[in-house]
This record gives sequence, C-alpha cells and structure tokens, in this order.
Amino acid sequence: MSNKIDLSTNIAGVQFDNPVIMASGTYGFGKEYSEYVDLNQIGGISVKGLTLKERKGNKPPRIAETPAGILNSVGLQNPGVESFIREDLPFLKNYKTKIIANIAGNTIEEYCEMAEILGDSQVDAIEMNVSCPNVKAGCLAFGTTPKGIEEITSAVKKYCKQPLIVKLTPNVSDIRSIAIAAEGAGADCISLINTILGLAIDINKKKPILANNFGGLSGPAVKPIALRMVYEAAHAVKIPVIGMGGISSWEDAIEFMLAGASAIMVGTANFVNPIIPVEIVNGIEKYLESHGHTNLNEIIGKLELND
Amino acid sequence: MGNILNEQIVNTKMLCKDVFKMTISSEYVASNAKPGQFVNIRCGGLDAMLRRPISICDVDKSQNTFDIVIQVKGRGTEKLCSMCQGKVDIMAPLGNSFMIDDKHENICVVGGGIGTFPLLYLLKCSQAANKTALLGFRNKESVVLEDKFRAAAGNVEIATDDGSYGKKAFVTELLEEKIKSQKPDIIYTCGPAIMMQKVSAIAEKNKIPCQVSMEQRMGCGIGACLVCACKTKNGNNWEFSHVCKDGPVFWSTEVCWD
Ligand SMILES: Cc1cc2nc3c(=O)[nH]c(=O)nc-3n(C[C@H](O)[C@H](O)[C@H](O)COP(=O)(O)OP(=O)(O)OC[C@H]3O[C@@H](n4cnc5c(N)ncnc54)[C@H](O)[C@@H]3O)c2cc1C
Ligand SMILES: Cc1cc2nc3c(=O)[nH]c(=O)nc-3n(C[C@H](O)[C@H](O)[C@H](O)COP(=O)(O)O)c2cc1C
Ligand code: FES
Repeated sequence: MSNKIDLSTNIAGVQFDNPVIMASGTYGFGKEYSEYVDLNQIGGISVKGLTLKERKGNKPPRIAETPAGILNSVGLQNPGVESFIREDLPFLKNYKTKIIANIAGNTIEEYCEMAEILGDSQVDAIEMNVSCPNVKAGCLAFGTTPKGIEEITSAVKKYCKQPLIVKLTPNVSDIRSIAIAAEGAGADCISLINTILGLAIDINKKKPILANNFGGLSGPAVKPIALRMVYEAAHAVKIPVIGMGGISSWEDAIEFMLAGASAIMVGTANFVNPIIPVEIVNGIEKYLESHGHTNLNEIIGKLELND
Repeated sequence: MGNILNEQIVNTKMLCKDVFKMTISSEYVASNAKPGQFVNIRCGGLDAMLRRPISICDVDKSQNTFDIVIQVKGRGTEKLCSMCQGKVDIMAPLGNSFMIDDKHENICVVGGGIGTFPLLYLLKCSQAANKTALLGFRNKESVVLEDKFRAAAGNVEIATDDGSYGKKAFVTELLEEKIKSQKPDIIYTCGPAIMMQKVSAIAEKNKIPCQVSMEQRMGCGIGACLVCACKTKNGNNWEFSHVCKDGPVFWSTEVCWD
C-alpha cells in the first residue's frame, strides 16, 4: 500500500503509530490476543482496569447478551497495580504498541497513589476510570458531576508523570460540562464512552441475568449515543478526545474521527472478531487514500452538520 | 494454541428434537484437539453477536473432521443448527483438556444432558482397559449417541429422569452402584452444576480423583475479558478462575461449589 499516508496520531505528546487502541477490560494485558494478532500493528492497548490492591471481581454470571450489545459486570477483577507492573508490563514492552494504564479507585487518595506508583513504570499514559458502573464504592461517583471530575482530576494530575486521560461516563445528562471540567482541571485528554448502565432479565426465573443485577452496556447498540457524546465533548474542549462505544468496523472508526476523535478504542468487537483491530487500521488507511488524504488531521473533527 | 478458522461444514444432522450433530472439516482441529476442549463458534448477526462455546464431541483424524453436538437453547444455537452447508467461523481448539493417565485401568465418565458430548472423545482417547460411561438424560426421546458411546466404552449405563429408557434414576445413583462393584481409578464428569457437585462429593467420599468440566457464559473465550468466572480454591483462600482458559476442566477438589 502507498507509504504516503501517515496514520500516526499524537495524544498529549505520546505518538501512536495508528489511532486504533484496545479498550480497557476487553483486552486483558494483551497476552491472550497476542496469539491471534501482532500487537505491533495496534496503536495502543489500554489494559484491564487496575486497582491499588488485587480485586476478585463480581460473582458470575458476569455477562448477558442483549440485542446488538452485551451487559457486563466483571467488577474490576485484577491483580493490583504493583503486580501488573512486575508481572504483566514487561511482556507488553516487547512490542511497540503504546501502553495505557487504566486505573480505578475507591478514594481520591487511592487514585493518586496509583498514579505515583505508575510514574516510575514504563507505561505511556494513564487513563483514569471515573466511570465504572460495576463497583459499589467510589469510581462512578467521581465521574457524574463537573465538581467531582474537577476535584479528582486536579488531585491526580499532580502525581502523574505520564499524560492523564480522563475516561468519562455516558451516564450523565450533560457531557459537555463534564468534559470542560476535566480539561479545566488539567486532563491531557479525555476518552469516552464507558459502558451505559443497563439491565437484562431472565423471564423464566424472574431474575436479572447478571449476578450483580445491573451491568454496563457496550457493543453496536451504544454507537449512536457514543458518537453524539464524542461529538459534543470534542467540540467543547481543546484537548484531544479518544472515542469509543460500539466500534466494530473501519467505517465506524471513521465516523468517530469525523465527529472529533483523535484516536478510537475497540472493545466488544474483539470478542467477535479478534483480528478486527488490524482490519480497522487497514480500512482507515484505504479510506484516507481513496479520499485523497495523507494524514488523520484531514478527517478528525471534519464532520459538517446540516444547516 | 487456538486458531481463527473458516471451515467447511460437512453436514448437520438432527439427532433428536432440538439436538443436532454438525460435522466440520478441519485439519487443524482434527490434528490438535484434545478431549475436553471446545470451539468458540460465530453464529452471526447482531442478535447473536457473541461466539458460542461448544465442546468437541468427536474427532476423525482419517477424514480431518470433527463433530460438535448442539442443543438448541436460544437465538445463537438455533442459528447454528440451521447451518447445513457453507463455512463456519470458529476459534479452536480452546481451553485445557481432560487429563488422561496411562496408569489408570478403570475409568468412569458421568455425563448429564449436553454434558455427555465431550466425554465421547475422552473415552476414545483413553487406553484404559475398562471404560464405563454413565449417562443421564431427561427421557427416552433425548437419548443420543448411544451407539457411539457403546463403541467407545465397554460398559454403558443410561438413566432417564422419567424411567422411559434405561433406569429410572439420577446418574449419580448409577455412579454409587458402580463404585460398589468396581471402584474406578478416576472419574470424569460434565453436565448440570448440581450433578457435577454431587459426583464430586461421591468421588471425594470414596477417595477417587475426579475431573469436572465447568460451564459459564463467555465473552472472548480466550482469557482476556474475565467474564467466565468460576470460584476455585487458592490455598486457604479462594479466587475467580476462568472457565475458558484455566478450564473448562478442573479437579473437583479445586472448585468451590458454594
Ligand atoms: C465450555 C462449554 C462447552 C459447551 N459445550 C456444549 C455442547 O457441546 N453442546 C451444547 O449444546 N452446548 C454446549 N455448551 C452450552 C452452550 O454454549 C449454550 O447452550 C449456548 O451458548 C446457548 O446459546 P444460545 O444463543 O442458544 O442461548 P441464549 O440464551 O440466547 O444465549 C444468550 C447468551 O448466554 C450464553 N449462554 C446461555 N446459556 C449458556 C450456557 N449454558 N453456557 C454458556 N453460555 C451460555 C450464550 O452464549 C449467549 O452469550 C457449552 C458451554 C460451555 C461453556
Ligand atoms: C467485559 C468488559 C470489561 C470492561 N472493563 C473496563 C475496565 O476495567 N475499565 C474501563 O475503563 N472500561 C472497561 N470497560 C469499558 C470499555 O473499555 C469501553 O469503554 C466500552 O466497552 C465501550 O466500547 P465497546 O462498545 O467498543 O466495547 C469494559 C467493557 C467490557 C465489555
Ligand atoms: S470468556 Fe473472556 S475470559 Fe473467559
């Protein structure tokens, strides 16, 4: 293919070879999928959500399939941030794909402590998850008001050596004010959307399918909502935006970039087709070529609304 | 290691109401599959987007084919069973496998319903002198693959819930009787969780090692999404292992049944 086309994207000083990043929680720590995909071909990986100490996660069933989507309630099962740095990060550093550490905590202090610990590690950026719907304390609570976002972002930013990406929840009424609050408090980038709180019911048992009752909806079902929110957020702030929610083809990825995303994340689609990230990278390149573009800046945010 | 494959369906045959045997041509699976492993198969469409895990039931190395047997449960399996020709998108073979030890002379498999299927290939692969299959089905109409099990095991006993075929009993009762006459060196079981829990308790009481094949809803099928949790012992503590990668086969003593 033509080598005139530049697929790289710069997010707060981190240069990604291409804009296709794996969404947190859907790609583990990269190892499992490395048997199916050359991780060097992927722009970046946001790893499974990390907490300060190990978390066992929620009871199963943790997944329910709904039309064009899934509900999950994993509950942040992970080995803890220090174990990640020791056991999992070295493997990922064998690849040139950029590594984003996704962190979640119960208190602002926990987030700060994790950011500090990660500062000495080789991760390329930190994604602060203030939007996980599946854990009882903390997390989501910080993400639903501008004041909450501002407080936690400005506190955590002080401890960050790497760029700070704030991951926003769609479970709010005005995404713009949340995005502006994150930017104002020092976020280097925002990513959205996390999953949308949902419920699936087994009508025979007259019980929720998920052991945890409610779960986070992802997959194609959420795409139109995600696109609208990415558009609104990207037009409210100057910092770069990473868009996600239901992306399962290169066409979807282009839509998010036209709406204003400088990079995109792919989650649920990996479960269906493990080589989808590579297909998306190739599709974006072909699209740019066929439209006479040479780099991503020629499409990012170039959506024109109807009069 | 599993692979993403686009393989040819050789044929799909109805075995009884809502149960279909699908034969798939695949050199990779035929030469790599171990008993107890599964395939993660794409049903297609946005209403059954996720792949469905289905056990490898039988392998024919001479023909480079393998069989899966599918019970129609919902949207995904319904779609699968309607595929009679063409290609299927599978990730396979996935998961660990049953442990086969040449020292074992007497082996016994205990299966219930759709849990009987993976036990067939296990019986075929085992070189044990005495092989027993104890199979439980709902009723006469749902008894399938009996001839194949008879060819693979010297001793096959069938129980039905309503007594319309074989013995009117739970398959666990057959196991208790079997142990009285001849104690197996190892028990392998797959089926409803309650049945496997009971089998594990009987095995433990009689000090017989026992392997169980667990079932859980899956997302990725390869250990990345962590949704297919299964509670297992970890020293004096417990943890959530994952059926797709750490399993589906576990030692019965590893599993926390609560
Ligand atoms: C390791 C393993 C091996 C299996 N082997 C076989 C087999 O050989 N033959 C067979 O008929 N069935 C087998 N199953 C069960 C089979 O995967 C489910 O019956 C099937 O996924 C149901 O899908 P559906 O779309 O028809 O049902 P729906 O109810 O419409 O499915 C909705 C969702 O729930 C999931 N789900 C529903 N029931 C189960 C279940 N019991 N286990 C796992 N996920 C479930 C589906 O995968 C899907 O994501 C196996 C399951 C596992 C985990
Ligand atoms: C099984 C699963 C686990 C997830 N775990 C996390 C997590 O740990 N941290 C996080 O920030 N987002 C998590 N998410 C949300 C995804 O990163 C992403 O925001 C969401 O799934 C939307 O994208 P998608 O529709 O492409 O999947 C998880 C999603 C799924 C499906
Ligand atoms: S299904 Fe994803 S970890 Fe088992």
